[in-house]
Amino acid sequence: MSLPPTADVVVIGAGATGAACAYFAALAGLRVAVVERGAIAGGTSSACEGNILVSDKEAGPELALAQYSQHLWRTDLAEFGPLWEFESKGGLVVSARPGTQENLAALAERQRAAGIDVELVDGPDLLRLEPLLFPAMAGGAFYPQDAQVQPMLVVAHLLRLARGLGATVHPDTQVTGFVRSGDAVTGVQTTRGIIAAPRVVNAAGTWGGAVAALARVTVPVLPRRGFVMVTEPLPVTVHHKVYAAEYVDNVASSDAGLQTSPVVEGTDSGTILIGSSRERVGFDKTFSPRVLAEMAGKAIALFPFLSDVLALRSYFGFRPYCPDHLPVIGPDPRAPGLWHACGHEGAGIGLAAGTGALIAASLTGAQPALDLSPFVPERFEEPLHA
Amino acid sequence: MTTLACDVAIVGAGPAGLSAAVHAADAGLNVALVDAGTQPGGQYWRHPDESHPVPDEGEGHHGWREFTDLRSRLYAHETTGTLTYLRGTQVWLIEPARPAGVVLRLAPATDPAPAAGTVTARHVILCPGGYDRQLPIPGWDLPGVMAAGGVQALLKGNRTAAGRVAVVAGTGPFLLPVATGLAHAGVKVAAICEANSPTGWLRNAGGAVRAPAKALEGVEYATALARHRIPYKIRTAVTAIHGTDRVESVTLSRVDAHGTAIAGTQRTVACDVVALGWGFTPQLELVLAAGAETTVDVDGSLIAVVDDRLASTAPGVTVAGEATGVGGAPMAVLEGELAALCVSEALGVAAAPGGPASEGRIRALQRDRARLHRFAVAMHRANPVPANWQDWLTPETLVCRCEEVTHGALCDAHTELGAADARTLKSFGRPGMGWCQGRVCGFAVSEIAARFANRPTSADDLRSMAKRSLAAPVTLGQLAALDFDDVHEG
Ligand SMILES: Cc1cc2nc3c(=O)[nH]c(=O)nc-3n(C[C@H](O)[C@H](O)[C@H](O)COP(=O)(O)OP(=O)(O)OC[C@H]3O[C@@H](n4cnc5c(N)ncnc54)[C@H](O)[C@@H]3O)c2cc1C
Ligand SMILES: Cc1cc2nc3c(=O)[nH]c(=O)nc-3n(C[C@H](O)[C@H](O)[C@H](O)COP(=O)(O)OP(=O)(O)OC[C@H]3O[C@@H](n4cnc5c(N)ncnc54)[C@H](O)[C@@H]3O)c2cc1C
Repeated sequence: MSLPPTADVVVIGAGATGAACAYFAALAGLRVAVVERGAIAGGTSSACEGNILVSDKEAGPELALAQYSQHLWRTDLAEFGPLWEFESKGGLVVSARPGTQENLAALAERQRAAGIDVELVDGPDLLRLEPLLFPAMAGGAFYPQDAQVQPMLVVAHLLRLARGLGATVHPDTQVTGFVRSGDAVTGVQTTRGIIAAPRVVNAAGTWGGAVAALARVTVPVLPRRGFVMVTEPLPVTVHHKVYAAEYVDNVASSDAGLQTSPVVEGTDSGTILIGSSRERVGFDKTFSPRVLAEMAGKAIALFPFLSDVLALRSYFGFRPYCPDHLPVIGPDPRAPGLWHACGHEGAGIGLAAGTGALIAASLTGAQPALDLSPFVPERFEEPLHA
Repeated sequence: MTTLACDVAIVGAGPAGLSAAVHAADAGLNVALVDAGTQPGGQYWRHPDESHPVPDEGEGHHGWREFTDLRSRLYAHETTGTLTYLRGTQVWLIEPARPAGVVLRLAPATDPAPAAGTVTARHVILCPGGYDRQLPIPGWDLPGVMAAGGVQALLKGNRTAAGRVAVVAGTGPFLLPVATGLAHAGVKVAAICEANSPTGWLRNAGGAVRAPAKALEGVEYATALARHRIPYKIRTAVTAIHGTDRVESVTLSRVDAHGTAIAGTQRTVACDVVALGWGFTPQLELVLAAGAETTVDVDGSLIAVVDDRLASTAPGVTVAGEATGVGGAPMAVLEGELAALCVSEALGVAAAPGGPASEGRIRALQRDRARLHRFAVAMHRANPVPANWQDWLTPETLVCRCEEVTHGALCDAHTELGAADARTLKSFGRPGMGWCQGRVCGFAVSEIAARFANRPTSADDLRSMAKRSLAAPVTLGQLAALDFDDVHEG
């Protein structure tokens, strides 16, 4: 399809974030054009696990965004749930040691105060929830709101719905620069021509920093590599998303070295997905058996039966993270006309719904449902000399 | 646990790998040969269990003397210890070694399992061969439908044929030995259906290339067809297979030069075995995992890019046999020798005692390879997968059998969701995500995606279905037990 000469809003990037922005903006009545340098859902949104989690977040702005997203997935978007295999499977966090369980209980308390459903579970109840779990765990916490989707189908169907509302989607179209009028952004230059638009949304995920640089503004999004292993299909043996309590520490950690913590979950098709790893190695695409070895060992410690299960394949992606582990959402005062919606790290699928709705509100001048100040793009600027 | 350090590691003991191993050991290199099979020969020289010798071991084989010669040299090198032969062992991972060389991670391929472990080599020669290329058609998932190569493997390895009346269909000269093999085993072959017109091949073969051995084989098959009264139908395809619990009949259609079925030519033929042969798919996961460049060959297969010494673009990685382009067993044997000689030169042992390696021999092999290559190209051009084979599909036809993905579902993933390449089709529709990881449906899904996008099949389509970071399944227990201190500096 040829590019439209103009649009009310151009969305850069057809991942989960861009698709949700496009959908909610089109729903708000804007004429949307989505430009994607590769294929639809070709970025990190097709190299992840598709969990919609509240369990792994400390009380704070990210949890507030996760709760808002939960609400949207389960209300405004509920009718489409089957299209993207939405499953409210629940998350189970387990502690191997009593000390860890104490920390987990304290976290659960803070989360409960913020409005999250969570129940502490003792050893025997853990086995009722997950019969194949290693029997000698100290305890755990169950989060009924944790859910799962098939992320590529989220992207594909949100874009399909957006097209139904008049949006156009342009794969194989890379943004190479911005059209400016003074400081203001008034359109995009792409490998297939120019689209003039008074509003442009940078939803380029891990490449959001590079897109921002084309507009001569700094948004520090960096890659954090993660591997996933996929097992042979089995009859259902793992019922929830199950992970070790140390995962929460790793998610929030700023350590550059390799961190792994076991995350185990079944999928619709019978395969089991095994994660997780985090390391800062730039965009290094070399396969790392060391990472897989660590992940396998820790997954077996949770579920001993996995020792004899075959891994069929593995894949990896680059989470888009910012130094303070919060996404960048909102208008950029340094380049009027440019909005950012990127840097969602390991939660961009779950947070897509909320992000899209907040951006759409901001684009149309409506009051966003959440305070955007923790997410403002200019928060990383060096303060001027004291 | 095997922990081996050697000069050259060879993956695959088919015609290419066997030849490479023997010639590398002849040249004085310390060799490790790793093969998933329990005895040498690969696909082509598949033969009955050597531990229960039969007098007519080589029955039905071509080049059997060449095989037994290579095999006895292999066993002799194994006895002297120049060569370690790891049978029933799969390479599931290939990694660069530091500061140079290659590390192979091994897993048992057979039960009872031999020890797994690691091989570190200064250089590796990948000879992973290929397997049957399959096209989905209505009913191809019924029991009794087999890939032509699978039928031949049964005949050669177990000396059995699973039926009484067979139809052999597809394209290429490989249909002939399958049909005559079945007839020899007592199966009535109701028809051979060749989708193309072999006169094209004969014209080309006579003009551009000479391959006397192949011509002789041709005469042999023609005689066998006549003796068994096997009808040979050109420009004819099996366009549907019928049956409830297993194959009961097929629909044969006359097709035009592009494979479109000609209206009114359909007829039904009863049978209980269908052998479908659409050429071969080289096994590229190790080549891709090694980071070597790949390209699309004349027959539409993804192959490794190699230079005239069979070096891939990845340091320390040479490729021989089907993975450089489907060319048949004699070419694979030749490439194995060429690879071994070039690698021994590169490793600086060309002058070792007993090593006949010399630039002269290398040049002669390169010339022969060029000639065989021209012949292979002519064969591929004469026997293409019909351009319009997708017209035979119905919305209900299963494309991916592991995940039960129909052609209709793929059409929806394109028209509704915008998938226009193989990777995106796989993301939205799941073909290739199951047990076989796209080994069976990868070619078909790539072609289907390309047709949706109204463009030729690209290397990216094929790569996205062929790339498997784990070249073979491995248990989590084996993964967890990986030892990273056992890797010798290469
Ligand atoms: C191993 C792993 C597991 C994960 N598990 C989960 C999970 O369970 N739950 C969860 O919520 N999140 C998870 N994540 C994180 C999640 O995948 C990301 O946060 C999310 O996919 C980001 O989506 P996005 O749309 O912002 O970016 P992307 O999906 O990367 O989309 C950005 C798009 O922008 C395009 N683009 C870039 N530059 C340009 C340009 N110049 N012009 C045009 N287009 C451009 C890219 O091609 C890309 O398609 C995981 C991540 C990893 C790596
Ligand atoms: C069933 C069949 C029948 C054929 N019939 C004919 C014919 O009649 N005439 C003809 O000219 N050509 C025929 N061919 C083609 C011929 O077999 C090939 O040209 C020849 O076998 C190629 O030799 P190769 O060494 O490249 O591969 P192969 O013979 O396929 O050998 C490859 C070997 O590598 C092993 N291997 C692969 N990956 C791994 C791994 N990761 N780890 C360990 N081991 C691995 C395999 O187990 C196999 O033993 C046939 C092919 C097939 C598949």
